[in-house]
This record gives sequence, structure tokens and C-alpha cells, in this order.
Amino acid sequence: MKWRRVKAIVVKESLQIVRDPRSLMIALLIPLLQMFLLGYGISLDIKQIPLCAYDNEGSQTSQDLLRRFSASPYFSLQGQATSYAEVGRSLDDGRCSIAIVIPSGFSKRLNDTGQGLVQALLDATDTNNASLAAGYASAVIASYSAAVQLQTIEQRGASVQTLTPVEVRARVWFNEDMVSRNFIIPGVVALVMAIIGSQLSSLTIAREWERGTMELLVSTPIQPLELMLGKLLPYFVVGMVDACICLALAVFWFEVPFRGTLSALFFTTGLFLTVVLCIGYYVSVSIRSQVGASQVALLLTMLPTTLLSGFSFPIDQMPTAVQAVTYIVSGRYYVTILKALFLKGAPWGELALPIFCLALYAAAMVLLAARAFRKTLD
Amino acid sequence: MLGRIYHLLLKEFLQLRRDRSARFRLLIPPIIQMLLFGYAATFEVFNVATVILDQDQSQESRSLVAAFVHSSRFKLIAVATSRQQVQDAVESSSAQVGVVVAPGFASLLRKGQAAPLQVLVDGTNSNTALIALGYVSQICGNFGQGYALDLAQRTGRALGRPLVNVQMQERYWYNPNLNSRWFFIPGLIGTLTLITIVNLTAFAIVREREVGTLEQILVTPIQPIEFVIGKTLPFFLIGLFEVAIVAVFGMLWFDVPFNGNPLVLMLGTSLFLLSTLAIGLLISTVCKTQQQAFSSNFFVLNPMFILSGFSFPITSMPEALQWLTYLDPLRYFLVIIRATYLKGVGLDVLWPQMAGLSILGLSLFSLAVLRLHKSLD
Repeated sequence: MKWRRVKAIVVKESLQIVRDPRSLMIALLIPLLQMFLLGYGISLDIKQIPLCAYDNEGSQTSQDLLRRFSASPYFSLQGQATSYAEVGRSLDDGRCSIAIVIPSGFSKRLNDTGQGLVQALLDATDTNNASLAAGYASAVIASYSAAVQLQTIEQRGASVQTLTPVEVRARVWFNEDMVSRNFIIPGVVALVMAIIGSQLSSLTIAREWERGTMELLVSTPIQPLELMLGKLLPYFVVGMVDACICLALAVFWFEVPFRGTLSALFFTTGLFLTVVLCIGYYVSVSIRSQVGASQVALLLTMLPTTLLSGFSFPIDQMPTAVQAVTYIVSGRYYVTILKALFLKGAPWGELALPIFCLALYAAAMVLLAARAFRKTLD
Repeated sequence: MLGRIYHLLLKEFLQLRRDRSARFRLLIPPIIQMLLFGYAATFEVFNVATVILDQDQSQESRSLVAAFVHSSRFKLIAVATSRQQVQDAVESSSAQVGVVVAPGFASLLRKGQAAPLQVLVDGTNSNTALIALGYVSQICGNFGQGYALDLAQRTGRALGRPLVNVQMQERYWYNPNLNSRWFFIPGLIGTLTLITIVNLTAFAIVREREVGTLEQILVTPIQPIEFVIGKTLPFFLIGLFEVAIVAVFGMLWFDVPFNGNPLVLMLGTSLFLLSTLAIGLLISTVCKTQQQAFSSNFFVLNPMFILSGFSFPITSMPEALQWLTYLDPLRYFLVIIRATYLKGVGLDVLWPQMAGLSILGLSLFSLAVLRLHKSLD
């Protein structure tokens, strides 16, 4: 291993990066774009659910109940339907995603038996939306029910006792205000690293093949390991710059609390970057076209990091077989570490296991990538 | 003209036939992605790891604890014996929720006062935390309502009449079992098609430029419009093929129902492909190397994915972003595809989306042809 030769490749690769200012700019803009889009665009909090009401009774009681829906911040009343068919149509064409139907004879039954039934029809194409909407609707109805009970008791001159006997006093740790941004942004850092790292390196070798410069490279005395180091070092630098951009945005722009140690953050970021760079390099060596390499690299890094790292979907809710697969996703360890560092401020000791796994992963990928390249032309 | 387009088509398909890995890349990734998304993507929350500490040990506290134990939403992983244990469990993330029933819980209830229930939630995943907290409130609400109703009934009976109680009966339309796969898989068809087609189109032209064969084409008598048609028609056909494959796979493997008219879906797909091909063409007019094409693709596709409503509801975005979504062809196509799959509605309902896609597609395509025309000169 000669450092002089590594240096030569580093210089050549860096020149290529610098001479293509657009690609470089994009490499630096991707983190900005990602952070802003995901930071602002992802919110699973639901407000202003479009609601359609169908009052088949039209009494004072039913209107009182519906008024509670229009007053709730979670619903926005889109209009009153005049027939059941109209309710169906407005759910069909998406004008509303919940319809409240008050059957005829509602208040009579309520008077006679004390029992009333209200129907909620929900557009369940978006399941998450539908179950949240159902939760809010049943809360509105429960509070209506409680208010009427209270009124009746008072009217009859009895003493009023509390109608919400159990009072939930919740304390949310690590993310007191439950800002979804605080948990999404650390994951975005991992996603950006995965994309940048694997994409940049996936083109390096494939480009030499496509442009026909591979023959030249092979004819030089360069050793495979030297070539790999030389090719990957410049991109490692670009990746770390991207990491700094993400980190600065997260802390200063999105005000995600950072409670951990910077040294742990940079060390683990370096490890993760090594993993993804090596994946990209390995793919680049194996698939000799740039399109193919970039597509496969995307498939191997971005997708697992988005889906299987716990970044957006909770791992413990996945089927057992899929949970087992998440252990071979490097992003899983990195996302765990990032969330622990950002929100919990976990010290080094607490992170020993995920850091060890990530280090092991990095070592294995370096070995795999280093062995992949052979100096032959066939 | 048709002859020249035919020859270009032939050339493209020959190239595809020779490239075995390209064929593989067209088929396998969509299926892998579909399997992954189908199994991994869910916002549902079940079996939340829970630790409970009951310091009251009364009949009331035990029945509240039982309500937690019997709920499918919570999974009791330990019964704590001290407050410290609850805190440790949440801090180390071995439990997501810790519930503490303080001493005096029952006596407060019996006196008709509000009895506090202390709940600790790990908020690192705010979505899960929020949903879990919702379930806690639901359980406590039901428990409390039952208790209050019981109390009120007794008071009410003393007053001569029962007290009112309004209940809600919910019906989930289009997806009665709230199967989140039914939501994700149709959406995936659109997303995967967008990514594949834009990538293929952009790279195909940029590669000709990079390798130098674009000049060769320029010296032939071919017209730019013929060139565009010859170049994009294969990808249009591939796009239709891909939608069909993924759609059939989703229906057979994940049992997602298809209630609509396949022709409506075909029409929507064709209009959608017009936009995606145009985006691919536009990218290839801006880029000189495949590396640039790659970064540009990413730069364009990623926002389209996030703003499409694929997994994050558009109505929850800031207003400025909501306006931007109207420029995203995937936004319209997702509505069409989900509505044809689950709702089974037709053109009478989907015409605004179809119109939106047509306008967007035609404008993008004209822009792309004009730009390509220029970049060829």
C-alpha cells in the first residue's frame, strides 16, 4: 500500500468532483432540501377533518349535537346533506372524510330510554386518518353525553359529581411537546447520509467502465485497496460536510434539542458513512453501468433506511419476520443512536451495543468492498 | 415518419433485450419494494410495551389495570413494585408507557372527585406516543364513564328517570377492517411507476449524449418530434406494463380489492405517464452526464414523493406546501388509483383529477419538447 498512489487517486477524484460544480452543489443541496421538505411536510397530526352532517331528525337536540362538531377544532363542517345518498356521494368524491348521521327518532329514543345512537361513516382509504377521526368524533359525542347528563342532574336538583372521574396526567419524556419534527429530523439525517453516501460512490467505478478509462486504471500499478481508499476519501469528506449541514439545520433551524455528545455523533456518523460508501462502491464494481449501479444502490440503502430503520414506521409493530430483517439494516443502528443522542442525551456507555453493531457492519463492508475489485478487464 | 419512429422503437427494445440487468431491474425492485412496504409500513399501534404500578390495590384500581391488560393495544411487560422501576423502564425504552395508580385512587373516586392517573410516555416517536396516549385516555374514559354512569344511574333512579347516554357507532367505508396495506399498496403502484419511468427516460437520453450517439442521431433525417416519440413510446409501454404487474401482484399477494373500472385506471395511468415521461425528458435536457441526471432525478422525485400524500396527509401540511402539491402529478394519480381500487368510483367523480393530470402533463410535455428541440440545435 503506497500512500502516494492513494493520494493521486484522491486528487483525481476530487478534481472530478470540483470540475462538476452542479453535481457538487446538488450533493450539498440535497440535505437542505430533504431537511426542509421532511421537516415541514411530514406531520401526522390531524386537524380540520372535513365533515359532512346528515340530520335525519332535524330537532333541537340533534342540532345541538351537531353544533359540537362544528365547534371542534378537529373538524370542519362542509355542509349538511339532505339525503343518505348525498352522504355516500360526498364520501365517494372525497369532499368529506367523515359523515355524522343522526337517525330519525333520535331524540324520542333518547327521551324514552335514555339511549341514543349516532352513526359515523368514515372514509377508511387512509386508515390512519380514519381511526384518528373516529377517536375525535367519539370524544365529541362523549362530551355531549356528559354535558346532557350534568344538565339533567342539575335540573332535578341533585348534587353534581364529577363526570370525568379519572384524570389522565401524562408526562411525555424526551419529547415533552410531542413535536413530530423532533423525532423525524434525526431520522432525516440518517436518510440523507444513506442517499448521499451510496449514490456518490455507486457511480465512481461504473463511470470508469462506461467511459473506457478503466483500461488506463488497470494498466497503472495501483492496488485495489489503494484505489478504493482514493475513490472513497473525497466522498467521505463531502458526506461529513453534509452531516454538518444537517446537524446545524436540525439544531438551529428546527430547534430539535441535542442533548448528547458531539464526539459520539461524529464517530457514529463516520461509521455509518463508511457503511453506505462501501455499499455504493461494491455495487459500482459489480454493476458496470451508472444507471444500474445507482438504482441498485438506491434500493439497497434509501429504501431500507426509510422503511426498516424505525425512522418512520415503528419496528415493534412489524411482523416478526420483517423485524428480523431490520437487524441487517445498518440504518437501524444509526437511527437508534441518533434518536438517543438527540432526544435522550444518552452517554457513550448506553450506546455501546448499537455502536458495536455499526462498527462491525462497517468493518465487514470495508472488507467486502475491498475484495470486490479485481484488476482484470473481463 | 412512422417508419423512422418504428426503427427508433426497434432500437430501444433491442437495447433493452440485450441488457439483461435492465430487465431484472424493471421487475425485481418493484416487487421487493412492494413486499417491504406491504409488510413494514404501518402506523397502527398495537401491543405497546407497558409497565403498571398499582399502589392503591383497591377494587377500582384493579379493574382499571385489568382494562389495560385486556386491551389489545397494550402489552403488560411487567408489574412494577416501585415508582423507580416504572421510571427506569421508560428511560431505558424497555417500556413505552408507564402507568401509576397512586394510593387513594379509589377513595377519591368514591367521594366523587377526579382521581389522577399518572402516565409516563416515551415520546421519542411522537406519533406512536400520541396514539398510545390516545388509547390511555380511551381506556380511562370508558372506565370513568362506566363509573360515572353507574353513579348517575343510581342518582337518576332516585330521581325517577334514567339518564341519557349517546353512543357512536362507526362504520369504516371502503376498508372495513382498517387494513393499512389497502392504503399503502395502491399508492405504491403510482410511486414505483413514477420513479422507474423518470429514471429510465432521463438516463436513456443523457447516456446517448454522454456516449456521443446523440450526435449520430442528429445527422440522420429524423425530426425532433419523431425522436421524442420514438424515445418515449417504449417507456410509456414499459410504464403500463409495470403498473399492470404491480397491480396484479398487490391484488393476488396482499388481497387488495379492486372495485373500480380497469379502463378508468388505464386512462389515469396514461395521463400520469405523460407527465412522468415529460419530467424525465426535461431532466435529460438539463443534464450532460449521468451523474448529473441522477442527482437531478433525486432532486425532483423526492419532493414529488413527499408532497404526493403517499403517506403524509396533504391537509396537515403548511399552506404553502399544500399549494405546491398541485404541481405534483403523483398527487392526482394517487387519488385516482386509490379511488378506483377501494371506492370503485368512475369518471363522474374523478374528472377533476383527470383534468388536472391532463393540463399538467400537456404543459410539461410541450415544455420538454421545446427544450429538447433547443438543446439538440
